[in-house]
Amino acid sequence: MISTNRTLSASSQSPRSPSSQPPYLSVSVTDPVKLGNGVQAYISYRVITKTNFPEYQGPEKIVIRRYSDFVWLRDRLFEKYKGIFIPPLPEKSAVEKFRFSAEFIEMRRQALDIFVNRIASHHALQQSEDLRTFLQADEETMERLRAHETGIFKKPSDLMQIFKDVQSKVSDVVLGKEKPVEESDPEYEKLKHYIFELENHLAEAQKHAYRLVKRHRELGQSLSDFGKAVKLLGACEGNSLGKAFSELGAKSETLSVKLQKEAHQLLMNFEEPLKDYVRAVQSIKATITERANAFRRQCELTETIKLKEINLNKLSLIRSDKVGEAEMEYNELKAESEEATRLFESIVRLMNEELVHFQERKTLDMGIAFNEFARGQARLANGIADAWRSLLPKLEACSST
Amino acid sequence: MMCIEETNLHESREEMESLILDDSSNGQSHSGAKLAPNHDDPLLSSSSSFMDPQNPNSISILSSHASFNAFLDPPSYAEAIFTSFDSSSNGHDQTPLFSSSSSNPRGSDYLQISVSDPQKEQELSNSLVPGGTTYYTYLITTRTSLPEFGGSGSEFSVRRRFKDVVTLSDRLSESYRGFFIPLRPDKSVVESQVMAKQEFVEQRRVSLEKYLRRLAAHPVIRRSEELRVFLEAKGKLPLPKSVDVASRVIDGAARLPRQLLGEEAIDVNEVAQPAKGGRDLLRMFRELKQAVSNDWGSAKPVVVEEDKWFLEKKEKLMEFEQELSNVSQQAESLVKAQQDMGETMGELGLAFVKLTKFETEEAVFDSQRERAGDMKNVATAAVKSSRLYRELNGQTVKHLEKLHEYLGIMLAVNNAFSDRSSALLTVQTLSSDLASLHLKIEKLEAASAKIFGGDRSRLRRIEELKETVRATEDAKICAVREYERIKENIRSELERHDKERHDDFMSMLRGFVVNQAGYAEKMANVWETLAEETNAYVKDGS
Repeated sequence: MISTNRTLSASSQSPRSPSSQPPYLSVSVTDPVKLGNGVQAYISYRVITKTNFPEYQGPEKIVIRRYSDFVWLRDRLFEKYKGIFIPPLPEKSAVEKFRFSAEFIEMRRQALDIFVNRIASHHALQQSEDLRTFLQADEETMERLRAHETGIFKKPSDLMQIFKDVQSKVSDVVLGKEKPVEESDPEYEKLKHYIFELENHLAEAQKHAYRLVKRHRELGQSLSDFGKAVKLLGACEGNSLGKAFSELGAKSETLSVKLQKEAHQLLMNFEEPLKDYVRAVQSIKATITERANAFRRQCELTETIKLKEINLNKLSLIRSDKVGEAEMEYNELKAESEEATRLFESIVRLMNEELVHFQERKTLDMGIAFNEFARGQARLANGIADAWRSLLPKLEACSST
Repeated sequence: MMCIEETNLHESREEMESLILDDSSNGQSHSGAKLAPNHDDPLLSSSSSFMDPQNPNSISILSSHASFNAFLDPPSYAEAIFTSFDSSSNGHDQTPLFSSSSSNPRGSDYLQISVSDPQKEQELSNSLVPGGTTYYTYLITTRTSLPEFGGSGSEFSVRRRFKDVVTLSDRLSESYRGFFIPLRPDKSVVESQVMAKQEFVEQRRVSLEKYLRRLAAHPVIRRSEELRVFLEAKGKLPLPKSVDVASRVIDGAARLPRQLLGEEAIDVNEVAQPAKGGRDLLRMFRELKQAVSNDWGSAKPVVVEEDKWFLEKKEKLMEFEQELSNVSQQAESLVKAQQDMGETMGELGLAFVKLTKFETEEAVFDSQRERAGDMKNVATAAVKSSRLYRELNGQTVKHLEKLHEYLGIMLAVNNAFSDRSSALLTVQTLSSDLASLHLKIEKLEAASAKIFGGDRSRLRRIEELKETVRATEDAKICAVREYERIKENIRSELERHDKERHDDFMSMLRGFVVNQAGYAEKMANVWETLAEETNAYVKDGS
């Protein structure tokens, strides 16, 4: 569970009132419980909200939520806050048998907790009405909302389709099929390239991190098996050599336990943050798509307006009685176009702000993860060195007899 | 600074070796040296490099030794590793037997053997196949101070082929029954077809060398005439080849009728030898019959055990062999797991190297540059750790190889116990022969007594049988003597073996533990460095 008391920076401090406190909104996702049976089974979580935001009902609220509720929240935010990098969710697990291992449940709970807290500490997202609903609504309401899910992220394949559309549009341009509907901002191009490449690099690092966890487990297992076999050999030998073997075998088994522990730590504190980083980059890709859509829409509207303007002038020239209608249409379109332009520009502006935060945040997150990784490995190595070192005097004693 | 620009980012181990990583504690940059192959001079590579710190093959160890030196507080076990294993850590084929008496270069009884220079030769064929076949010979070079080889410090070479080694091995088995004679390398018929010729020949060369060195390390075998002849006699090996069973059977069969008729004089000493091959078909039949009468339905000759001590010893040894085999298997798994760990750590390091390069090139924000710096540190730690795992594993293999070696020794022990069994069977067969001879004589005497004045043909027969009894009794005395001799050999061998095993295993355990502790310490240092480098993020407490 990460910080549950994220206070806001640069927020208004209420002066000299008895309950004077900076505004806070802290959430924790806890107590996973498996409900339902067989294929229908799912996990439910307790979501505890502590806040002094005026829009919220009271200082504390506890609700029960499940994974698809979080998905609903993410989709709503994505809809409403275009340009902002929405915090990523852990993947829906496709593989049945892994779904409810204790480790999987804990990893998911941790990821969901981080998800909600990131939203709660984002200066814009924390104001979201959907967030309030998520944190406070009763189960029936939540269920109703969930059922009406029309979110974009139904399946990863939908996301793929969107990207493919973007890519095919680009190739159309290259082939000269259409007028370019992509931005021609070289810096933005560079950013897009960066994001796509970054995902590849991070995914590879994460893959190897995951394998490293497995290697720890395997080494632990083999040390345990080795220890057992050595003990049996010691029993055969008898006398001082036998004792030496027994001591070695026992030590080996102890180290096996250390390795299993470290494997778990590695998974939670190094591999997961890397995975989280990958997801965050994927979220940015989704925002990139949104920006492309907004840009296209803006272009289309601009084109359409030009045509409508020409048409309007033509009509007014011939004093047609359709002028009024055309004028109304034209004005509507103009408003839409201005709206589209505003949206696009806001996306651009937000993205630029978000990017700065994102880079800073990631340096911090990774720094912590690297530190955890280093400490864990050092702890393990020292433990191993100590264990073997402590065996040596015993071996000396055995060999001298 | 990390020379990223010079770094080749192919995902291969060779590339990882060539990464130039900076050691901030020590100005020199250390490029991981590739392990160099064996030198050409077999004698030099086998003896002089053991304690030679100037050996260029140990560069990779020495320079990493230097670069980590700054972290280590003396004394630490990491130091201990390098002083005792420095030059033997580079993939050399050093058999651990060098710790035994055969390799004391200044001693009065050393016997050093090397096998080298395989050459193809043509078989001068007088067989059915025209054109002839080829075979390989190997140069066997001996350096010794043993007196029977013509004085101190002599050195000489002969050429031998694998068949000669088989002959040597067979001769030794016959002459040294009851001893734990090291097993010769397999004939490996399948492998010789499947493997590339060069590889196979090299593999054979290595195994021949190991075998001869083991023979040289055995206190009794090393003084044997058979070994001396093998090492010294120029030209064709003057040891009688083991004749194939078929011709021996034919040879033996020709003598069978004469034996049955009692006409042939029996060579007492020959009788004392086990009825192997065709030489004594008759006795072979009789021993089998004996076996059958001792143990219903069993095909193998079974011996009536009268010696509890041996029975117990044998059982214990069998149990020991079982557990040893188990440990050997688990040791293999352990080695594999360590290797995998090292590999994955290396791949992780490489992935971070790429990330570092990427972030550095594409950096727009300072936070990116900072992160690139952190990633470079992670990459460095991971790659160093990966190298350490690889070295650790190389050493681990050397130590745990002992287990595998002792499995080989157990086979030799088993052979010695078999020698004893067959010697006992010979004794029991002869005893049973005597018993039936006496019975025949009794019957004949009884029958002859009934005829007044005696039965001349029967009396003659009785005399012949009595003659046979005397010969058989003599043979039995020889057989018993041989049996006792073998038992004594086994007893003294067991004593020697127990002590050697105790010492060898203790040193193996110690070596293994020191190795693990030392490398764990080194790895701890690597990770502690990274922890320090990234500590700022934790103190910040976002």
